[in-house]
Amino acid sequence: MAKRRVAIVGTGQTHHKSHRPDVSGRELIYEAVTRALEDADLSIKNIDAIIIGNMDHFEGINYVDCWSIDGSGGYHKPVIKLTTGGTTGSTLAIGGYHFVASGMFDKVLIIGWEKNSESDTTGAITTAFDPVWDRLVFAGAISGLAVEAQSYMAKYGATDRDGARVSVRDRKHACNNPYAQLRKEVTLEEVLASPMLADPIHLLDVCPRTDGACAVIMASEDYAEKITSTPDWIWATANRHKYTYLGDVNWGELDSMAEASRDLFKKCGITEPRKQIDVIEMYQPYSFAGIIWIEDMGIVPRGKGAEYIWSGATDMGGELPINPSGGVIACNPIGATGLIRCAEAALQVMGKAEARQVPDVNFAVSTGFGGCMWTDMLLHGKKKPNL
Amino acid sequence: MENIEYIIIESGKAVQPFNYSVGMYGSKFFYELKNNRKFLGVQCPKCKKVYVPPRRVCGDCFVEMKEFVEVGPKGTIGTFTILRFAFIDPETGTQKPIPYGYGFIKLDGADTLFQHYIDVHDESKVKIGARVEPVFSDEKKGTIKDILYFRVID
Repeated sequence: MAKRRVAIVGTGQTHHKSHRPDVSGRELIYEAVTRALEDADLSIKNIDAIIIGNMDHFEGINYVDCWSIDGSGGYHKPVIKLTTGGTTGSTLAIGGYHFVASGMFDKVLIIGWEKNSESDTTGAITTAFDPVWDRLVFAGAISGLAVEAQSYMAKYGATDRDGARVSVRDRKHACNNPYAQLRKEVTLEEVLASPMLADPIHLLDVCPRTDGACAVIMASEDYAEKITSTPDWIWATANRHKYTYLGDVNWGELDSMAEASRDLFKKCGITEPRKQIDVIEMYQPYSFAGIIWIEDMGIVPRGKGAEYIWSGATDMGGELPINPSGGVIACNPIGATGLIRCAEAALQVMGKAEARQVPDVNFAVSTGFGGCMWTDMLLHGKKKPNL
Repeated sequence: MENIEYIIIESGKAVQPFNYSVGMYGSKFFYELKNNRKFLGVQCPKCKKVYVPPRRVCGDCFVEMKEFVEVGPKGTIGTFTILRFAFIDPETGTQKPIPYGYGFIKLDGADTLFQHYIDVHDESKVKIGARVEPVFSDEKKGTIKDILYFRVID
């Protein structure tokens, strides 16, 4: 358990784009960092430690903790790099929480970033998997997600139209978010008519490649309320890794999310997530996950995900809006993506989400997804958590 | 400054070869595949799960496994997709030929799924639950490529 309370007191993002040839990686990082400092009204001198991460495969450059110092503000400070594939951003957030909750540091700057334009995304993701057993047929994230969707559809009879409905939702929500890369509404028919990438995933079902960075500042209770009148309190975090090879996965259900959710909700006394949680920022890299993973999270029973999506409950103004930011389908700078979910959940709790604000948010959930189908989760709250 | 053209520096065709150990378990699997065209799995003494490819430790139970069992060669499609978009294969540095069938095969007697190509010559036959068999390469190298692909049995 945490030794003391931790809150997010500031966030910053770049305006995410498919290609940022105007900046190097460290300059991209600098943009997010300065925005987060400005948001919290802090100077880099106030920061005690920095946690930074990305997925090295995409740029083919290791040790970002070293070479980004002039962008991160890490000059003569403790800097640690964390990288866990797709979950990198959410792992960074959990690491930052641990840093502050443990009592080791009071104000921590957390940075996630990626320049996906610098390599072939699918080729780079494939290098994250076992060279002897997994790589021959694997085709990056889309292939893994496609087999999950096929398996779910065979079990529960969902259709590609159900998936498309999720994509329509997120792409509509993205129009309210000035930082999202893709801000254009689409229709169900447009999703279904877009090119088939890997059955049953169409081009418009899936996330784009993005250049972008995100920074989040966490502070201990002693400082948080002095920095901001609306801190976003981190109630708890949970994370689960399960598999070795892709063939070990229980395809069609995200076991890691089911277990992480149980852990997270138990720690916080959440017994009816659908009623108690006000908004979710889910690391949902493709549309079908919007159906499957809310079942794993315990929002709806098995096989009922599509029905819940069609009811409009997860749209803005619905019972439980999901991805007011437009989510990952609208923007995916991979090493930043999980941290953007965390930052967006914080904005919702702090009441700073502007056009994408959900009214009266007491509890928000942010998630991370990656690698061999593993999960990170954070519960954010307006009130202080019990210790 | 405003009118400057942004410059991109290309790495060129960088190549860095690796030499991967497959260990005793992987070596046994590839020996049997190459010489006897058999598939080897390994069984956990505690949970009795049969893993393919064989490996030293059952991750769920965190115990060592020593009981090799023959599985397959026939099996059932556990799940699959058909890849239709072009991407760079990091193993070759060139574009992967598409479309191709990407299968997760439940080899008879195994509890985990074995990944390989599935023949998509007739896409209508490729379904979850369909029975499949391996088609082997004439060349015996002792790698995963000794299997060309799996095909649906009529």
